[in-house]
Formats: sequence, C-alpha cells, structure tokens
Amino acid sequence: MSLYIDIEKAFPDFKLSVQLEGHREVIALLGGSGCGKSLTLKCIAGIEKPDRGRIVINGETVFDSDKRINISPQKRHVGYLFQNYALFPTMTVWNNISCVIRKPRAERHSIVENIIKKFQIEGVKNLYPRQISGGQQQRTALARILVSEPRILMLDEPFSALDTHLKWRMEQEISSVLSEFDGVAVIVSHDRDEVYRMSGKVAIMNNGNIESLGAKEDVFGLPKTLAAAMMTGCKNISKAEKLGDFRVKALDWGVDLETALPVLDSVRYVGIRAHHFKQANAATREGNTFTCRIRKIIEEPFERIFMFSFNTGEELGSDLLYEVSKDVCPEIDLNIFALYVPPDKIMCLE
Amino acid sequence: MDFRPFTISMQVALFATCITFLLGLAAANYVYRMKRGKGVIDTIFTLPMILPPTVAGFFLLMLFGRNGFIGRFLDSVFGITVVFSWTGAVIASIFVSFPLMYRTARGAFEQIDQNVIYAAETLGFSKFKIFWMIKVPMAKAGILAGTVLSFARALGEFGATIMLAGNIPGRTQTMSIAVFSAVSSGNREVAYIWVAVLSMMSFVMIMLMNHWAASGKAGKSG
Repeated sequence: MSLYIDIEKAFPDFKLSVQLEGHREVIALLGGSGCGKSLTLKCIAGIEKPDRGRIVINGETVFDSDKRINISPQKRHVGYLFQNYALFPTMTVWNNISCVIRKPRAERHSIVENIIKKFQIEGVKNLYPRQISGGQQQRTALARILVSEPRILMLDEPFSALDTHLKWRMEQEISSVLSEFDGVAVIVSHDRDEVYRMSGKVAIMNNGNIESLGAKEDVFGLPKTLAAAMMTGCKNISKAEKLGDFRVKALDWGVDLETALPVLDSVRYVGIRAHHFKQANAATREGNTFTCRIRKIIEEPFERIFMFSFNTGEELGSDLLYEVSKDVCPEIDLNIFALYVPPDKIMCLE
Repeated sequence: MDFRPFTISMQVALFATCITFLLGLAAANYVYRMKRGKGVIDTIFTLPMILPPTVAGFFLLMLFGRNGFIGRFLDSVFGITVVFSWTGAVIASIFVSFPLMYRTARGAFEQIDQNVIYAAETLGFSKFKIFWMIKVPMAKAGILAGTVLSFARALGEFGATIMLAGNIPGRTQTMSIAVFSAVSSGNREVAYIWVAVLSMMSFVMIMLMNHWAASGKAGKSG
C-alpha cells in the first residue's frame, strides 16, 4: 500500500523533478497553477511519460527508465479523479459506472446498485452527465473510480468546480472515502485550507520542484522557502539580511527582528503571518514591538484587517497586514497603535 | 428510358461510402493523435479534395492501369481489371470522397475532451474499446455529417470516374455521367430527369446534415 516516485521530465521552458514517497496516507501536492502538480499525477497514471526515473505502486514498478519499463495506463490501476470529472457524456450515470466493471452481469449489477446507493445517486442513474449537478457528477466519477478497484487514488483539484456550500459537503464525503481507502491517495490543490484539512503529508511544489515536504503541521508551521511561505498563506514577506545569530533585518519594512531559532546564512526573506501580530500594551514593551501607522482598515464579516507600516521615522516601510477577529478586537486607539511579534513566529526563508 | 444509371450510381456510391467510412475514420483517428509529421500527412490526405478531378483520374489511371503499379498486381493475382469497370468507378469515388470523411471525422475527434480519453485509459479500457465505445459515440454528429458528405460526393463524382471507368452504359455509366452523355447527344428529356433526381438527392442530404449538426450542438451545450 505504498507509492514511490522519483521522476524527471524536461520541457523547453520548464523542468519537472519530483521525489515523493508515501505509505497508506493522504499526500497533498500544494502549488500555484503551472507548477507541475497535475503533470506529476499524469506521470503516475502513465498518461505522460517521464524522461527519467522510477515509479513504484504497491511494490510493483510501473515505470523505470533504466530497465525500460513503462506499463500502460490501463494496467496501472490508478484511480484518477479529473478536475472536470471526465464522465463519458454519451452514457448514463449507471452505464458510466457499470462499463468499468469486468465481471459477470449479475455481479456487475449488484456492485453498481450498492455504490449508487452509497453515493446517493440512485435518483439520477438513468440521466446523462450533462443533466445532473456538479456534486452528482463528482459522486458518479468517484463511484466509477472505486468500482474499478484502484491501487492508489489521485484527485486533481477536486473542489475547484463546485459552489462554496457544495464544496464543503463534498469535502466531507471525499474525506470519508479517503479514510476508508486502503492505499495511498494523492490530492492536488492550490487551496491551503483544503489541503490542511484533508491530508496528512504535504508537498509544496514550485516551478516543477518539491520545495518542502513533510507532515502538514511542520510544513505549515515553519515554512523554509519563499514559495512555501506564500503557498501556506503568509501575507507579509520582506527581503531580509542576517544581522546576528538571532537577529535579522527586514529590508522592505525598515526594522530589525529578533528570532527564536538561529538565523541561517542563506536567509533571503523574512515572513510574518498576518494573525501572528499581537497588540502591544505597556507590559509587552520588549523586542519585536513596533509602533505602527495605519493606512487602511478592511472589514470582513468576522475579521478586521489592518494595512499598516512600521513607524521607523523614514518613509520606506512597505505595507503589512494584521488580521484579528472582531471579538478580540472591539476598538483600537489609532494614535498609540503598536504591534508585537513573538520571536518564534518570525519565519526566515530562503 | 434506361434506369440503370440510377442503380449503378447507388451501388457505386453506397459501396464507396462504406469503404471511405472505415478508411476515413481510421485515418482521422491516426492523424489527430500524431505529434510529428501531422502537417504533411494531413496535406496528403486532403489533396484529393483540392486536385482537379481530371488530375485525380490521371493519377488513378497511372496506378490502376494495366501498366500501373497496383493495376498489374490486381490483374496478375486476382484477375481484376480496374480500368473501364465497375470497380474503377468505386475506386474513383473512394479517392475523391475520402478527404471529406477524414477531415470531418478528424474535426469531430479533436473536439473530444482529452481528459475523457485519459479517464478511459486509467479505468482500463483498451484502445479498441475507447475508439468504439467512447470516441465514435462522442463524435457521432461529425461522423454522420462526414458520411453524408462522402456519399454525396461519391454520388456526384464525374471527372475521375470518366477517366478511370469510362462511360459504358449499363456498366459504368452513373447518373452524373448520364447527364453529360444525354446533353452531348442532344437527348434533353433524359438529362432533365437525371438533373432533377440528383438535385433532389443533394437537397435532402444537405437538409439531413444541417439537422444532425444542430442536434449535435444542442447535445453538447445542454
């Protein structure tokens, strides 16, 4: 119940290079558009052929450039949920599912019967894909994949085509499918919240490479690269320069910051998450406390976002964001507004 | 009144369309997936549509004539003579109608969402099954249109047919050749009849095609 990939594929202006390993878990590939997430899935499925490398599914080598092994997609038994579901438009829901099963008629019938009951698409079994809702299409596509008895599951941006309220429901349904599934599942997404909720292991991809890989708590907690910080939703990023073992200069903001972890020589950027700021009071006048000049206040339904710059005396500070729940932050004295960042929340990035 | 041109025309056109249908589908399926050399192959397959019919007929004569490469082979192995025969009329019709089937079917295949094909592959469908169960049904409207166009073209074929199969009443004289014969021998009444029959058939076929094109579109957007 494992997946191992180590592949390379070169294009004129892009190079994919992915190493990944998983064992009966949900792995998420998180990255912006064009970073190679979907291409990686296509290589695993056998739709695209890597230039070099090896892919092993549940112990069976399905691709090995040295041994000239390249098993066809038909024989790889991977379940691939496409972004647009890729249902067969000329077949009904029932036929879309039943045509995948290679078993005697009676057995096939009962398998389809069970799965459409489970996915609550009994009512639309005689309709065509274009006649049913997005959620029903996704359930049909999932049912079709599961009856094909895949060895791994791959979901390509599974919720990008759904409305917000439906998205939430389908996410719960897919999560329960994944928890029942005995094998590796790979989810591709650009939505960090979705990734955090659904997966155990996260790989952040940027420009064809995996930039950081690990348990989601580690990857989201302390990103080490610029792309990782941005993909995990860090809104404040500045160019940086090392000052000392525990001091770094944020060039764009015009301030020096104290860190809890030693600053590496390779530091190039520093990041602070918008909700990691705290309002400073007289008691917290210590390191990393700065008076701020507020430029704009943005009201969200349940949060308030402050756009501000550090008050450094010079006019070089670029804008930062501070996000706080409205319950915590009823009113603010704008004249003596100061913010504090705990040193362990300063993220030094390469 | 000699009604044999109608029978000959229908036999030739139907037979030619059957073969064009299979050849055109196979060529379309092959070319639309090509990555390299697509332009050259596409040009060669489309050429019979653009060539003057007499030039097409000339090429066919060179190939299928008694001294031609294929003609000699067919004659010595099967004892088949193509020139001035019913077979010649069929070959001429296939040759000129092929590009219509090929191009229309290729266009229809190109409209298919590639992910659907990929999904079928990952679900274990063989190439054969993908072609007949997924691609052909999805490209149905275009394939039907291509078939009707090919049939119409085969039915109206004149230039290449007269070069390869000649104008032998009762054997190779099709309706369109009969029109030419009748006019050139001053037999106006006969010409009127064949002109009327051919015009009506063409009209009906265009109507059918438009109908299918419309239903194909409605199916996709609905």
